[in-house]
Formats: sequence, C-alpha cells, structure tokens
Amino acid sequence: MSDAIFRADPPEARRMVMLDGVALIFHRPSGLTHIVAPPAPQILEALGEGDASPDTLLERLQRDYDFGAADDLAAALDARLAELETAGLVWRP
Amino acid sequence: MRHEFRVQVGPAAFRIGSDWRQPLDQMAALYNGYPTPEIPDFTVRLFARRFWRRFLRPSVMIGGDYMLPDAAPLSLAHGMLGAEMGMNLQMALGQRRYLLLHASAVERDGKALLMTGESGAGKSTLSALLGERGWRFMGDEFALVDLENGAIHPFPRLVSLKNEAISLFEDSVDASRLGPLMRDTPKGDIRHLRPPDDAVEKMHEPAHPALLLFPRFGHAPDIREIGQAEVFVRLTQASTNYVMLGEVGFDTLSRLVTTIPSRAVDYPDTESAVDSVERLWAELAA
Repeated sequence: MSDAIFRADPPEARRMVMLDGVALIFHRPSGLTHIVAPPAPQILEALGEGDASPDTLLERLQRDYDFGAADDLAAALDARLAELETAGLVWRP
Repeated sequence: MRHEFRVQVGPAAFRIGSDWRQPLDQMAALYNGYPTPEIPDFTVRLFARRFWRRFLRPSVMIGGDYMLPDAAPLSLAHGMLGAEMGMNLQMALGQRRYLLLHASAVERDGKALLMTGESGAGKSTLSALLGERGWRFMGDEFALVDLENGAIHPFPRLVSLKNEAISLFEDSVDASRLGPLMRDTPKGDIRHLRPPDDAVEKMHEPAHPALLLFPRFGHAPDIREIGQAEVFVRLTQASTNYVMLGEVGFDTLSRLVTTIPSRAVDYPDTESAVDSVERLWAELAA
C-alpha cells in the first residue's frame, strides 16, 4: 500500500444517480459524466471527511461497511484509487 | 442567395437559401401547410461550388450557421436532400434549448413513444408507419427533450425514406405527400415523405415520454430488458448535445432513464415490429 495522500472534491461538486447498482456521477468541475461501480462512490464519500492515506481510508470504510473476512482489501483499494485518479475524481494534493 | 424558403418545424425556424430554385420548390410543395416564420433560428445555404457550376453540371455545397468542413458536394438532383441534411446539422450542432436525442417519436393518448438505435435500425421507418396507423407522428430524426419538465417536443420534418422503406409507402399514401425519388445518394435511394396533417397541426403540442424502445431490424423476433445504466450510456451516445448542455443534460437524461421503461426489440420485418410495439405499449405504457 502506498504512502500517498488522496483528496476528492467535496460532495457538492458531484451529482450522483444510482442505476442498477452502479453510480452515474456528473463531476461539476470537469463537466464529465462517469459511471462507476461500488466501492468507488463509497471511497469518494469517505474522502469527504478529509484527505486520507489508503490506510486511513480503509479504516474509514471498515468503520462504515462490513467487508467480511476479505484479506486483500488493501490491494483492492489501491486498484480502485488508481482508477479514480485516472478518471480525475481523486488526486494527490 | 438568389432564392429563399422559410419553414417552421416544431420549435425551430429555418431559412434555406439556395443558388437554385428547384430544391426550394420541391421543399415548398412538401412543406405545404407548415408555418412560415418571420425570424429564423437557423440558416442553411445551398450554394454552387464555383460560380459557373451553377449552370454547368451543378454541384451543391451545403452551408449554414454550423458547417461540417468535409461535407461533400451533392448533385443538383439531390439538392433537397442537402437542404434536409443542412437542417439536421443546424439542429444537431446549434440547438441548446432541448436535450437532443437521435430518436424517432410518436404519440398516443398524450404519451410519447421514443425509438432510438443505430442508423438502419428502422426507427425512422417505424415512426412513419405508426404515423399512418393511428399514432401521431412527432419526428423521425430528433426527439427534443424539455430541460425543465422532460416532455418531448415534436420535430415533424419530412421523413427521409431510404431504400426498401420507400416501397412501403408508395402505394399507401397520397402521391402529393411524396417528393422526387433520388437515386444513388450518399445514403442510397431516398424519397421524402410529408408527415400526416395531424402531425403538422400539432407540431407545438409536446407529450410526456412513456416508453423507450431500441428497435433492431433484420433479426429474429426478440424482446429484451436493458439495464438503466446501459440505457443511459446508449442515450448519451444518441444525443448530439449532451456534453454541451453539462449538468442540465445530465439531470434531464437521468430523469428520462429512471422514469420510463425501456426494451430492446429485434424484428425481421416491419409488420412484426408494429406488433411488438403495440404489445409493449399495451403492457408497459397504456
């Protein structure tokens, strides 16, 4: 897991509509529409509490959601963060 | 421009200027009964590529407020097609008051049926056919979605019948409603059809959408549900101004997708398609 700190725009910078279990996100700063699957919306929501390292972010997510006995959560979170970073929805300040 | 023709189609007012009379006379005959606007929203120009070309083997260039730089010239015999293409182009690139969906629309009992799909899927032919069978024809090319309340505004321009679809209408509608047969255009054989009178009379009456279909011609009959997320993506691709509208486009499209049912409809022939449409309408929208 990387030591990077991630940031997302505040919730008011997005319009989000849930359809069939995926989220349509209209990102106001860029004017782009994104279609993302869980846990991407949850990651954005957790970053709403403030900038966070992947470790901190995982703690926030585990506090709010039950991930069961999954053992590769850190790697999965890194992969999702990389996707969100590519989409421009999260970045490193 | 030496010659000019003006026509109001739904909420859009067009001025078509031309170096030649013929295409405008053909349009005036088919758009007979449509309102003539005083102030045009969009201008389309049909002009000669070179001055002397107006007389020798004329070739028609299409221009207007919005232009495609690589549009190829057409022969004068296809001039009216050029004007119709120019009108579509002005709408596709210049319309900002509505979310534009590349879709056909018909209305019954105050509710609209939308049909969208790839070119050749049959949405245009189907809408024209339904317009002859008890539905109100609202448009074969663009559905204009109201940005405030989601209603569909009619855009009942001439239907451009292509190839096999032409013969479906030649024997069943009054000859005065058909334009000249234009062979071997860039889109194949084309013949324009004037929409029925009620479509013209009610061109300012919107209708709320009640069903969205994705017809596909040339396949065994089949009806499939489509997830809302996929419908949303397909409609962003079917819209010519979704990106330009920004957030209001997002809100308008997501409201449409979440409030009306959608189905994909495969059909081998038009009669089968009409049957499927009537059945789905009775089941999901009536």
